[in-house]
Amino acid sequence: MSILNDMAAALANGAVEVVDLTHTLDPDFPVIVLPPEFGQCARFRMEEVSAYDHRGPAWKWHNISMNEHTGTHFDAPIHWVSGRDVPGGAVDEIPAGALVGPVVVIDCSHGAARDEDYELTPEVIEAWEAEHGRIPAGSWVLMRTDWSKRRGAEYLNMREDGPHSPGPTPEAVKLLVSRGIRGFGTETVGTDAGQGAHYDPPFPAHFFLHDAGKYGLQCLANLDRLPPTGALLIAPPLKIKGGTGSPLRVLALIPKETT
Amino acid sequence: MALQPPKRKDPRRRSRVPTLPPATRSRAAIGLSVVAAEGRFALQHCAECGAVQYPPRDVCGACLGDTLVWRDTDTAATVLAETQVRASPDPYFRERLPWRMGSVKLAAGPVVLAHLAGGAGRGGDVRMELRLDRAGQGVMVALPQERSEGMEEDPALRAMGTQIKHRRILVSDARAPEARALVEGLLKAGAAHVYLGEPEAWLRWKGRAAFEAMQNVTLLPLDVTDVDSLKTLAAEIGGKVDILINTARFIRPGGVLGQDTVHAAREMEVNALGLIRLAQAFGPGMAARTADGVNSAAAFVTVLSAHALSPDPAFGAFNASQAAARSVAQTLRAEFASSGLRVACVYTGPVDDEWHQPLPPPKVSPRILARGVVEALERGLEDHFVGDVARDIAERWREDPGTLEREITGGGA
Repeated sequence: MSILNDMAAALANGAVEVVDLTHTLDPDFPVIVLPPEFGQCARFRMEEVSAYDHRGPAWKWHNISMNEHTGTHFDAPIHWVSGRDVPGGAVDEIPAGALVGPVVVIDCSHGAARDEDYELTPEVIEAWEAEHGRIPAGSWVLMRTDWSKRRGAEYLNMREDGPHSPGPTPEAVKLLVSRGIRGFGTETVGTDAGQGAHYDPPFPAHFFLHDAGKYGLQCLANLDRLPPTGALLIAPPLKIKGGTGSPLRVLALIPKETT
Repeated sequence: MALQPPKRKDPRRRSRVPTLPPATRSRAAIGLSVVAAEGRFALQHCAECGAVQYPPRDVCGACLGDTLVWRDTDTAATVLAETQVRASPDPYFRERLPWRMGSVKLAAGPVVLAHLAGGAGRGGDVRMELRLDRAGQGVMVALPQERSEGMEEDPALRAMGTQIKHRRILVSDARAPEARALVEGLLKAGAAHVYLGEPEAWLRWKGRAAFEAMQNVTLLPLDVTDVDSLKTLAAEIGGKVDILINTARFIRPGGVLGQDTVHAAREMEVNALGLIRLAQAFGPGMAARTADGVNSAAAFVTVLSAHALSPDPAFGAFNASQAAARSVAQTLRAEFASSGLRVACVYTGPVDDEWHQPLPPPKVSPRILARGVVEALERGLEDHFVGDVARDIAERWREDPGTLEREITGGGA
């Protein structure tokens, strides 16, 4: 099939570039924090089993542990109560074809720099569409905020009244779902805003996306390297039986001339 | 003259290898170490004729009665004679000569051979203590009746103790409820520096600013569940941690049935495995430095719930982690024995914190718990029970663990 041969050639000669949208899995990478009486999202941990030593002379390996939602990760529909009955809603049941697809990027970085509670609204989406055309059905929509450049306590941005970080309004998520998107991704710790618990319904991105069988991606990085349209996203979660999500390596293929 | 802060080490000089005083004891004499570990002064009393025994034995020296009971005993005594040992074939004492000893007449009866310390001398009325020596054995120490400023600076007491003055201390979790009071207490007791472990610096927390403002206190990244952070910190400061105090503790209420293992797993990770990781990261370095002068490595301390001895089902999984941590500490005690590094467990009743909020008093305030840790170090204790609840549990546990279990759980009524 010549299209794949062309692609291989484009990758080899740099006409198509592979961009890594993933944060390093690191014990110090922030995870979502719930009220302390709830079970918490396990941080990434790594313990040496052997390192070319008496525990195993020729090999080094680690035991690792984490939550399904630690680090750059994928949310499957069954992650949320609204998606509990979605057929094929667990990570192991999602068809492989759904894990590779077109991606559009809505640049909210100026707004997020101005306002840590910046909202992605239908107006913002419609303005984007006026410039770049209607969001194609089946595409990933990524909300660029440059939040991934924040470090340490600035990332969760936790205050007395909870975390503050940008995210979509309920109406914006409903609009995206009506466009028939594949899923929605963010640079923050969740697909919802830090103060997303105060929307109606609470956590509207989780609620409406997963209700409609859409997927989520969060803790993405390097979204500033993607073009608004025309890139391809590769986002296959681990095939965990009955899994509600998974850390993963997210790659984007971009045409060279746009970078 | 007051004990001076140690000079910086001459890097060309070899660090001294620890030596220990003689450690062999009869089975009966181990009883002295058991009570010394808790800072008690107890001797065998004959159940039949009441005669107080010393040295410990299997039958009464007065009536041959074979029921000898360890009982707290009057500490009053008079020094009959004193001497300075100026020569010894024993490597431990050779390094510390001259060494003052005396024969001391206890008000309770026996005459004992005791270490004289803090200015206690011939003809004087003294107060007796049983202290753990560097080999972890209980030894008789005669002290002035009144505690004096600087008494603990006596080289004989420094040699056996875990005093805070001039030592550098690592506290593993700055976010523990007792951390603030503990750091203040350590500095007040003369700690040279306090290193404070800060887990998850990516989460803002109250109280950080107060520590940042303190002199001789450094916040450093440390999480007892993260091997990498332990390795990094041990590589950085492992050679100058003289006392390590583990305050990392994860606690959630609830029994064993009726909840999954998410909280229980974290309790085991932090409270039991965390203690193992801390010991693996810092223990060998500390054990190598127990003879390193005034600021030699002295103690490895962990805070435990008194329910490590017998569980309260309302905190079932947490108490399981405490029993596991206690077991780990006991193994460490054996493993560190040859170095003389003391392993101290500070047991507390319910702490007046968020997780015991609906519980009625008595609860241990973080300030009292902190004071208990400082006291355990200053007195060189191995097991210290802080607060009425912990002391009561310990006493009843020593008497009869089976009865205690049924009393706490309400079973077997």
